[in-house]
Amino acid sequence: MKAWLPQTWSGRIYALLLLSLALAPFVLDWMKQPFYLDLLTRALIFAIAVISLNLILGYGGMVSLGHAAYIGIGAYCVGIPSYYDYYNGWLHLALALGVGGGFALITGAISLRTKGVYFIMITMAFSQMAFFLFVSMEEYGADDGLVIYSRSEFPQWISLDSAFGLYYWIFAVLLLALFFIHRLVHAHFGRVIVGSKFNEERMMALGFNTYRYRLACYVLSAMLCSVAGMLLGNFAGFISPDMMSWARSGELIFMVIIGGVGTLFGPLIGTMVFVLLEEILSAITVYWHLIFGIMLVALVLYGKGGIHGWLSLLDRGGGGRG
Amino acid sequence: MDWSLLITQLLNGLQLGLLLFLLASGLTLIFGIMDFINLSHGSFYMIGAYFCGTVVAITGSFFIGVVFGLVGIFIVGAAVEWFIARRLYRSDHLDHVLVTFGLILIFDTLVHLLWGAQGMAIPLPDMLNGQIRIGELVLPTYRMLIIGCGLGVAALLYVLVVRTRLGMLIRAGASNRTMVEALGININRLFLVVFALGAAMAGFAGMLIAPITEASIGMGNDIIIVAFVVVIVGGIGSVKGAFYAALILGMMDTLSRSYLDVVLGWFMPVTYAETAAPALSAMLIYILMAAVLAFRPQGLFPPAGAK
Repeated sequence: MKAWLPQTWSGRIYALLLLSLALAPFVLDWMKQPFYLDLLTRALIFAIAVISLNLILGYGGMVSLGHAAYIGIGAYCVGIPSYYDYYNGWLHLALALGVGGGFALITGAISLRTKGVYFIMITMAFSQMAFFLFVSMEEYGADDGLVIYSRSEFPQWISLDSAFGLYYWIFAVLLLALFFIHRLVHAHFGRVIVGSKFNEERMMALGFNTYRYRLACYVLSAMLCSVAGMLLGNFAGFISPDMMSWARSGELIFMVIIGGVGTLFGPLIGTMVFVLLEEILSAITVYWHLIFGIMLVALVLYGKGGIHGWLSLLDRGGGGRG
Repeated sequence: MDWSLLITQLLNGLQLGLLLFLLASGLTLIFGIMDFINLSHGSFYMIGAYFCGTVVAITGSFFIGVVFGLVGIFIVGAAVEWFIARRLYRSDHLDHVLVTFGLILIFDTLVHLLWGAQGMAIPLPDMLNGQIRIGELVLPTYRMLIIGCGLGVAALLYVLVVRTRLGMLIRAGASNRTMVEALGININRLFLVVFALGAAMAGFAGMLIAPITEASIGMGNDIIIVAFVVVIVGGIGSVKGAFYAALILGMMDTLSRSYLDVVLGWFMPVTYAETAAPALSAMLIYILMAAVLAFRPQGLFPPAGAK
């Protein structure tokens, strides 16, 4: 077997998943199913957000219940400039990174002084603050949201105008995000982050300023999530404060759990499953939230490790090294 | 200045503060004693309102509705503790968040299934629908009743926590749970009672507000966040802290919505003030929370001896 091929069953399945995502637009186009391409595009955008959440939640052990705020911030960084006819994509990107990162720096500096239950509630409260801030802004549609009439423009570089183009640029961002997380977690920085999740006192005794590492991690994660928000604003063409309500943040955590906490591909596969299930179940019954709720409770009480956990069982049964 | 408007707003602030206290006192005890984060506490608020509304629709009496509602929500709270929360005290907070988020989805959908998507109006008896006149002031009777009930429950809870054996255990549990266990107290029973009591208080708050706003799906999901802020500001595990923080936040929220533009108008041009005021008043309680955390991370009134 060639060395560059994945050596485990879970690895093979993930490689197959990425390959099918890369080919999906052509297949769906051939099958004349533009609706499913839309669905897949949405799933990829959320996957980027969930990957960013997994960085702090899975690797860093920081349970943030306010991550959807950054999706909203990123989306409004497209929406508000477009409202004034500024469609330059670089401007939107810079704003998303700057505002998302800035908000994370301020709120993270405060909330990371605390731990456990406090941290969960404070991240939730700050996201609710952002939610109400946008609800109170009558100029930008308040509750009713804002329509974005044209997508971000990157002259001579990138065109987001066709469904194909948008999909592949989002796919590229997703691959970059995966690569970035992979490198980050295996670098010195990531070791400190993971180490302070398990035993913060020991990391401090080793001389690391864990607070600074965590804050940096939190800000990076928020910036990545803001990019997802920027993409979502472009894709949906309509944004509203509802995107950052705490129920959305809860759904993001749910997606992490389905796939597997603290794993590279878990968030991607978890998001795919969530978005597909949502689509299928909501077509069957209006009471689909009940099924989701029961699934979530059952997953925590009985199904440790999510999909990644189950796939790893395959690796132990057969296949190569883990 | 319009004094009767100011007094009305002060009473509205007091009313919101007391409702927040009813929600937050249960939350803070559940956090403090069981170290359990219950996102679905707002569901108890909603279910209490629906229980009460259903009994009112059958019997026609608001008071019977409240009594049956309280019993019902106490049982629901006990069941959630018995079947679900109890299994999670030893696992990490992420599991609490996930399971109680799942419970919100389940409760919201069950209410949708049982009572439909429309809200449920709860009619008040005539004697509560009137108004009280004091000089030029006109005060709705029912709002005064809410304030009275809130203060009454606060007083009862004070007696319970400070004067009874159960209260002693609750205070001891909030300060040092392990020590209480080591002294041979049946900790499981204590947890069950605290959880169900917290649920009943949240349900009571829902019943009180429902005749004004009507019961609706997800009605607890917004106010519960403010209740979290109350818990943080007051200090986790502290009923006294929850009381003061709830009143401060309730007043601040209500007054800033009516008067912040006037106050800002003293410092800046009126047009700016009118734009900035709604945004600032929407964020004010969170800014206060951030300030408290920056200077007193343990909250304003942490329970004695708690770490």
